Formats: sequence, structure tokens, C-alpha cells
Amino acid sequence: MAGSIDHEIALGAADDLQSLPFLGKLHAWVVTVDHKRLGIMYIAGGLFFFLVAGLQAATIRLQLAVPDAGIVPPQVFNRLLTMHGTAMVFLVGMPILTGFFNYLVPLMIGARDLAFPRLNAFGFWLWFFGATLLYFSYIGGDGLYGAGSAPDVGWFAYAPLTELPFSRGNSTDYWILSIFLTSVGTTATAINIITSAFCMRCEGMTLSKMPVLVWLAVVVAFMMLVALPPLSAAQAMLLLDRFLGAHFFDTQAGGSAILWQHFFWIFGHPEVYILVIPAFAFASEIIPVFSRKVIFGYSVMVAASCAIGFISLSVWAHHMFAVGMTPAGNSFFALSTMLVGVPTGIKIFNWLGTIWGGKLRFKVPMLFSLGFLFQFLVAGLTGIMLAVAPFDWQLTDTYFVVAHFHYVLIGAIVFMDFAAIYYWFPKVTGRMLSETLGKWHFWLFLIGFHLTFDTLHFAGLRGMPRRIYTYQPGRGLETLNLVASIGALVQGVAVLILVINVLRSLRSGDPAGNDPWDAWTLEWSTTSPPPEYNFAVPPVVRSRRPLWDLKHPEDPDWKYE
Amino acid sequence: MKRWYLTIAIIGCAPAAAFANDWGMGDANSKIPPSSVFNPVSTPAREIDTVAFFVVSITAVIFLIVAGLLAYSIVRFRARPGDDGREPPQVYGSNPIEFAWTTVPVIVVLVLFLTTVRTIYTVQAAARPPDALSVHVIAHQWWWEFRYPGLGIVTANELHVPLSDPESPTPTFLDLESADVAHSFWVPRLAGKTDVIPNRKNSMWIDPQVAGTYLGQCGEYCGTEHAMMLLRVIVEPRADFDRWVTAQKQPPARDASVGHGRQVFESTACVNCHTIRGTAAGGRFGPDLTHLMTRETIGAGVAMNTPDHLRVWVTDPNLIKPGALMPAMNLGDKDLDDLVAYLATLR
Repeated sequence: MAGSIDHEIALGAADDLQSLPFLGKLHAWVVTVDHKRLGIMYIAGGLFFFLVAGLQAATIRLQLAVPDAGIVPPQVFNRLLTMHGTAMVFLVGMPILTGFFNYLVPLMIGARDLAFPRLNAFGFWLWFFGATLLYFSYIGGDGLYGAGSAPDVGWFAYAPLTELPFSRGNSTDYWILSIFLTSVGTTATAINIITSAFCMRCEGMTLSKMPVLVWLAVVVAFMMLVALPPLSAAQAMLLLDRFLGAHFFDTQAGGSAILWQHFFWIFGHPEVYILVIPAFAFASEIIPVFSRKVIFGYSVMVAASCAIGFISLSVWAHHMFAVGMTPAGNSFFALSTMLVGVPTGIKIFNWLGTIWGGKLRFKVPMLFSLGFLFQFLVAGLTGIMLAVAPFDWQLTDTYFVVAHFHYVLIGAIVFMDFAAIYYWFPKVTGRMLSETLGKWHFWLFLIGFHLTFDTLHFAGLRGMPRRIYTYQPGRGLETLNLVASIGALVQGVAVLILVINVLRSLRSGDPAGNDPWDAWTLEWSTTSPPPEYNFAVPPVVRSRRPLWDLKHPEDPDWKYE
Repeated sequence: MKRWYLTIAIIGCAPAAAFANDWGMGDANSKIPPSSVFNPVSTPAREIDTVAFFVVSITAVIFLIVAGLLAYSIVRFRARPGDDGREPPQVYGSNPIEFAWTTVPVIVVLVLFLTTVRTIYTVQAAARPPDALSVHVIAHQWWWEFRYPGLGIVTANELHVPLSDPESPTPTFLDLESADVAHSFWVPRLAGKTDVIPNRKNSMWIDPQVAGTYLGQCGEYCGTEHAMMLLRVIVEPRADFDRWVTAQKQPPARDASVGHGRQVFESTACVNCHTIRGTAAGGRFGPDLTHLMTRETIGAGVAMNTPDHLRVWVTDPNLIKPGALMPAMNLGDKDLDDLVAYLATLR
């Protein structure tokens, strides 16, 4: 199979690149349609906005460290929370997962690129300009009305706060158009991933031999296709309201505020799974390799992910338990939400089954993955609490919810993004990240994360709503908030260590070789970094772990699958 | 140009310097227990507390089992130094095990679901007794208007309700409407949130069984001063509540010594937004001020209601509540003093 790599051609291509002048290199990146380069650009862009939106979060925590703080005025604070939320979802979570799938899917299915390379580049540039448009609102948001700056309507932009009487200036328009553009780009990626996974697998790779990561990429791509159009449609309607005097969400003219909420969450809840299933995908590749065991229950894992995908399309109104739905409506969405817990639980149990009986190696990617397992367990269980509609009447829109979804978004997704960075960085760059710095990064981030988000659960239970720019002294919230803010500082230091680690390794990291982790999927069979065409000879596989078969000819997987 | 240390010093001291005036709220708040959802004093909150205890217990047990297994397997199956370097046995899966750990969660979900449905119906489908007190709650950016239709009372930000005897409950039903954007009515110790949405009528009920003051606030992001859209519910024994009702029904005080202040009020823009019954002031954009001084706080709970704070508020509400929709009144010192003196008589 893929044992025969033409190293000389690969290295020759890399040399050519080195010798280009700066402008030539820049040009090569801008016009590229290579899935690997676009993947790197997505991830780098995502990490850049991660730092920006992270600094905004730090400002938020600074303001909330003590009651009645005056670090930023309320208007600025509300922009910060809107930009932080919007950016972290659309400018950080989405591009990082898109970037990894872009990079990995062709390599893992033994293809030379995605099905539509130009569409891929088109999608990236849509995302890129959409992303810059969002932050350009700080300059352009004033609009003709001379009001506003960046959007301050919250990341789910509830109507009618977004309508002209309450949101003057153009800041909300920037929010609409920016997200609209990135959504179109994401749709392009979704089509690309589905087509590639279904049509471009190498010889021998039936659907049931596709790596778990690719399966989950397909699930995510289908969810993107279903979930994004309602958001785009609602945004188009909101634009009509704002510019052409339509009344979809304009309550003063008989529009419906709740209609927006339905549209938004029909997108918004699947979106959560669009963001978290890639974390499952990374975990399903990384945990087996560092446990030295094949993934436990491959087909059940894939089936559970499809189940999550389907069920997550029917849970959206659990974000709306407090809007005054009928008891029957509330009961339905409570049940559907609780049911998501079943396939999610199955996934956790299967990772546990993978670890069980293994020989665990605690490299940095594995450390982050283990952190992910515990934190995702907690996030899932607090999610079950929120599914109990009456309990949700107390918890919704409080810091309990903030803590819950940061457990998902940071405790699960960001942890697995970090794991994936440490795991695939050697493949992408040809150099290892420092294990020592990586361990500092892991432990500090773990401590900071728990200082911040464990405590915030309790702030919510004590009556602290989310999205408040300050709170009064004497309500029993001071200590919790101070601890949470200290935790944010610790997380900031940890992220700084990651930045140093990456920059340092790019310059002088240890050479990685083709397969530093002794792994089993196809991307490790080619050079690090892979040549532009990925594989000199298209690989042929017989099982889910082609490199295992190669390394253990006496005991190959295909005998058991 | 060694100014950098100054910058650092300023940034360092900012949080301390930012301990701005809390307008007397810190002291007032600390006399009231925290608004914990686990300390309910009214049936809806109590029902929620019960189901919450149930779900928290179940999830805690699940957490202990799964996290325990995870921790155990991480320690037990770690690669040890001096390992033979051979790969461990490869186990591809097991259908009986998969079946087991699918069935158990399904059963747990069913039990939880049935409990949840029971609580949903207990709270949401409760009948409104004919003698229940009805209060019309109108949320505004960023304050609460309370109208008691049966009693002819209009007040703001501080909801007075009678104590409910568990033996013969006298619940209060709240009909919720919004004047502008979406808000949410939330007093954690009395009930869960119910959103207050423009163009829609929602309702909820409470039957507080312990007298006292309960803090709450808007639970749905509603714009600049969402954080300071506070509310308090004052639960009084029936006799005290009736006395409060009688007092609120009285026409406003007329004190000749503050005639000039009243004239200032009636001749400026105040009357466009505020009502003082029996005067020319009939505006409805802002809180009814007929019995302003019977309220503990001003600005939807942002400051204690003292003449000093009122003076600052009228000078420029932004000094206390940046972004508040009431404009600065730009009055001269004399007019301002007289106006505040007049307001202080509105008992």
C-alpha cells in the first residue's frame, strides 16, 4: 500500500517553495487551491481570532472581577460580549474545525485533494472577508446615523433589539452580513467534504473502513447543510426589516419576536453539535493511538454520531423554555434534549472502552484528550440538568448556562483543538512541539479553566444573569467572580505558552519524521509536511488502520473487521 | 519617555479605583439573603427545587461512576517503565456491552422525563383562583411597571404582594407584557423565569410563604442597562399589604412649601414621561411617581431612594445608570433643589 512514497519529489517541491521571495510566497498562498494550505490558513485565521476574542473575554472578566467596576462603560461591555460570542463561534470554532477537516480528510482517505479545490478556496476567502467585516464594524458601524460601533445585540441577536428603533447605525448590519458570508463559505466546505468522502476514497476504503474522523466530518457537513440556511434566511429577513420596512420581527408593526428565536435556534442548537462533533472526531483518532488500542465499537461510534446529528435537529426550543411555550411543547423539547444524552453517553463509554486494557502514553495530545473526557462528562450532565425544563426556568440566561456551554466550548472543544494541534502539528510542519512547554500549557490551562468555569456555575445558581456589565455588592457574588477572573488570567498565561511553543517549534523544533506517534491512519504514511499531491502513489487499504496492518503483518486488522 | 510605568500603575489600580459609589446598595443588599435558586419560598420555585434536587442527585451518581471508572482506567492502564514495548491486545468492541450501556441511560432518561413532565404541568397548568391577586407587569428598557388592575394602583420596580398561607393559598398571578424589546421576569426564590416579550402575553404565578424582600432582575439581554434592570418583590402579611394598598390609592401629597418644585416639575419635560396623579403630569414612558418616596430604590434598584441620590439622578441619570433613557434635565441649582424637595414629599 502506501509504503512507496517518492521522497525526492516531495523534498524537491518543498525546496522550490523555500527559494521563493516573500512576495512570491505570499502570492502562492493567496492563489492556492491546495487543501492543506487552505486548511492551515483556516486554522491560523481561527487561532488569530481566538487570541482577539480571548482578549475581549479577558476584558469582560476584568470588568466583572469586582462589583461596580468601571473598567469599561456598559455600551463597550455589551459590544465586547457580542463580539466575543460571535467571533468565538463563527471566527474561531468554525474555521478551526473546517481547517482540520480540510487538511485531514483528503489525507485520511488517500486522496490528493478535496473534490472541488477552487470551491474550497472560494469558501475560505468568503470566510476571511466575512470575518474581517465583523471586526471592521468597530470602524464602520457608525453608519449614516452616527450611532453605535461594533454590534451590541448579543451573539443570538434577539429581535426586536436588532430592529431599527433599538439598534441604530449599521453595527447590526455588519453582524448580519459578516455571518451571512461565513455561512455561505461553510456551506461550500460542507459540499466539498461530503463529495470527497463519498467519491474520492482510495482503493479498498469502503465506507465502513473510513476513519472515524472522516465519518464525523461527513455528519458535521450534513448538519451544516441543514442548519445554516435557516440562519441565513432569518438574517435576510432581518435585513429586509431594517432596510425595506418589512415586519418579520418588527413587533411594533405586528411582527414576531419569537419567530426569530425559532429560526436562530433551529440553526443554533445543531451549531453546537457542528462545533463539538469535530472534538469527538479528534478524540476518536487521538485516544486510540495513545492508548495503543483500536477504537472500541467503531460502528457504534459512527452510529451514535449520526444519532446525535439527527436528534440535535429536534431540540432547538430547549433554548426557549422560558418564552411561554405550552406544557406539551416544553415536555417534547425536554424529552428530545434528554435523548441526546444517550448517544453522547455511548460515545464516552466507548472512549472508556478504548482506554480500558490499553497502555496509555501521556503525551500532550493525550493529556488534553483526557481533560476533554472528564470535562465533556460534566458538560453533558449539566446539560441534562438544563433539559429538565422547570430547572431551566431558573438556569436559562444565567451564569450557570454560561459555565455549562463554556464547559462544552472550552472544556471539550478547545481542549480537543489543542490536542489536535499538538497531535498534527508535526505532520503539518515537519517539526515537533515541545513536550515540556506543552505540559505547562496543559496544566495551567486546566487549572485556569476550572477556576473560572467551576465557580461560575455557582454564580448562576445564586441569581447572576449572563450579559450583565456589572453587579451590585452584597449579593453574594463577589468571591465567585473574583476567583473566575483569576482563572481567566491563568488561562491567558497558558495560551501565551502555546503561542511561544508554536513560534519556537516553527523555528527550531525537533524534526518530526513521517510518523512520530506510531499511528495508524494514512496521513502518517506520507512525509511531514506532505507533498502537494499528498501521495506519490495512491494508497490501497484493507482495513480501518492501514498502518497497523503494515506494522503488524502477523496480526492485521482486516482479519477481524 | 518613561511613561510606561504610569500606564501600568493606572491599569493596576483601575479595579481598585473603580470601586465607585454603590449608591448605598451594598449595605441594603447584604441585609437580604442571596437569591439562591436552592432557597425557595414560593410553590413554583419549590417545585423546581425538588426536581432539581432529583436531577442533580442522579447526575452526581452518574458522574461518580463514570469519572471513577475513567480515573481508575487511567491509573491502571498507564504505560509503565520497563514495559515490553508490545502492543496491548486489540479489542474491537462488544455488542452486549454496547447494549447494556445504551439501555441503562434510556431508562434513566425516561424516569427523568416523567418527573420533569409532572413538574411542568404543576407549575404551568395551575388554575387561577378567582380571588387571586392579578398584577400587570410591563417591562421597559430598563425598568418594571406594575399595574394592579383590580386596585387602581400603578407603581414601579418594587412589587408588593401579600403573604400566602400554605393552608389557604392566596397566589399572585403576573401578566407579563413588554413595551419595547424582550425581557425576562426573574426572582429566583419565588419562581423560574418567564420571558416578557413584545406583542405577546405571558403569565406566571407566585405564592410566597415567607415575608421579606426578594431580589430579582431582568433575565434576558435587553440592551445597554440590562444589568441594572433590577427588581424587588416585597412580601407582606395581608394586613400590611392592605395598608400599603390603601396608602397607594391616596392622591399624592400636596405640600404648599414645595409649590415651586412642583411648578418646575409640571413646567418641564418631566410630565411627558412621568405620571403624578392629580397633576398635569400624565406621561407613561417612565415610572409613575405618585408615591415615589414609598419606594426603597430609584432607577430600577440602581440606587437607594434618598434626596441626595434623587438630586444626582435628576441632574443626569447617566451619572448613576449610564445609558438610561431619561435625559439630563439641565436645571439650575435652585430649581433642582426645589424639585428634589417636591419629589421628597411624594409619600
